[in-house]
Amino acid sequence: MIDYVSIQELIDKAQLTGRKISALVLEDQSEANGRSEKELFDEMAYKLKIMQEAAREGAQRISLSASGLSGGDAFRLSKAFDNGKTIGGSTIAKVMIKALSTAEVNAGMGRIVAAPTAGSCGIIPAALLTVMEEQAIPEEKIVMGLFTAAGIGMVIARNASISGAEGGCQAECGSASAMAAGALVETMGGNPGMVGNACAFALKNVLGLTCDPVAGLVEVPCIKRNASGAVNAIVAANMALAEIESVIPVDEVILAMKSIGALMSSTLKETSEGGLASTPTGCRLKNKIFGTA
Amino acid sequence: MNIFDIIGPVMIGPSSSHTAGALKIGRVAWKLFGEKPEKAVVKLHGSFARTYKGHGTDKAIIAGLMGMLPDDVRIRDSLEIAVREKLNFSFETVELTDVHPNSVVIELTGSLGKKLAVLGSSIGGGNILIKQIDNMEVLFNCQNYTLVIPHRDTPGVIASVTGVIGNNRVNIAEMKVYRSKRGGQAIMIIETDETITGDLIKNLEIIPDIFRVTFIEPD
Repeated sequence: MIDYVSIQELIDKAQLTGRKISALVLEDQSEANGRSEKELFDEMAYKLKIMQEAAREGAQRISLSASGLSGGDAFRLSKAFDNGKTIGGSTIAKVMIKALSTAEVNAGMGRIVAAPTAGSCGIIPAALLTVMEEQAIPEEKIVMGLFTAAGIGMVIARNASISGAEGGCQAECGSASAMAAGALVETMGGNPGMVGNACAFALKNVLGLTCDPVAGLVEVPCIKRNASGAVNAIVAANMALAEIESVIPVDEVILAMKSIGALMSSTLKETSEGGLASTPTGCRLKNKIFGTA
Repeated sequence: MNIFDIIGPVMIGPSSSHTAGALKIGRVAWKLFGEKPEKAVVKLHGSFARTYKGHGTDKAIIAGLMGMLPDDVRIRDSLEIAVREKLNFSFETVELTDVHPNSVVIELTGSLGKKLAVLGSSIGGGNILIKQIDNMEVLFNCQNYTLVIPHRDTPGVIASVTGVIGNNRVNIAEMKVYRSKRGGQAIMIIETDETITGDLIKNLEIIPDIFRVTFIEPD
């Protein structure tokens, strides 16, 4: 039985039982919801399938969103990578392409999996699907990685927030990045303590990040934040896998994220009243899309 | 909370509140109406009104009014589909008071003159609240098995309904009753632990002073 009161709870229970966080979450949810572990696994595997489609579809062509604000960047990056123009090798390129693709599919009214939200839907899929390809990890382990991510997300949602309107982008894309980082570590064979450190690093790197979408739409800069959020997860996971430890424990980082969100002006929390949304170009675009004076 | 609130839902984007939640409100209105509407007037308030073009809120609501689910890939073409299906729809922006910034009033008319007005709010993460049915204040979120029973406000009706439900071994988890005025139109919102069978619905429909019985299953 897991209460999701803290990441440390997940780590302690995993260390005590010698099992992975993903296995504990699966077992706990099976008991809590009265559904078999196989049923839950199959449902998660279906979500992964939808994630794969969205990660692929956006990169196939240049297709603009209804507002015209976004579309085609996954395709552009994919071509640039194919032509040897990018830095950082195939892992970084692929993770960015998949993140941009998924987020663009979302903006274009395509089908995605909110993970944990629609605005951050590209981060976890990009991180896990890329590692699946690049490290030849069996799909079953990636599905289990989603359970790790979910467990982490439950704690963050409970103790802080996963919504941009409440906590800014640090809450939305930051949470997704932390969830992805933790899942990556477990998938790559890291221990539960490393999972906690990875979450801490991912969140720490984006504290204070604002939610200031241009014209109030989930496009600019949201789509590109999915790319940076996915790469941030790799940054965090790598440090954790190297046995680097977070000076501030992960649960304190989560609470810091919450308090920073509370301190943030509402103009920077999904109201489109500040930051990028209120730049001259941001205002001009908003007026153009919505025909306002 | 369960993990599929965190990894999930599968949905059409771009926004849980402005797309998926909006569709769900339309879908509840469709279920409550119980027949294919001929005309739909969609009155958008607040953030819905300001951003619907970019978030596809208009397409989502019309998709819901045609019975689509939040992950239906046809949502982005719902307006064209509605024209083909001969649904006469229109959009207005309104300013309502004391409601959530993501709210909409949907007014439906059927081919034989049946009318329904529903006020719903999309409160985040794809979750919704239905706040008004035909000018009667209600409050339910469609996350449980829900019976919506408009009726005449008269002694014995509520007891008859709960009696029939109890006789069928269905447990009432939550129940709210509202009325527009004493002796006038009233409505029961009953959330149950078990599902409601077609037979049970028929047994409820024949109770005197019941106007209609709608069973809403969570999607």
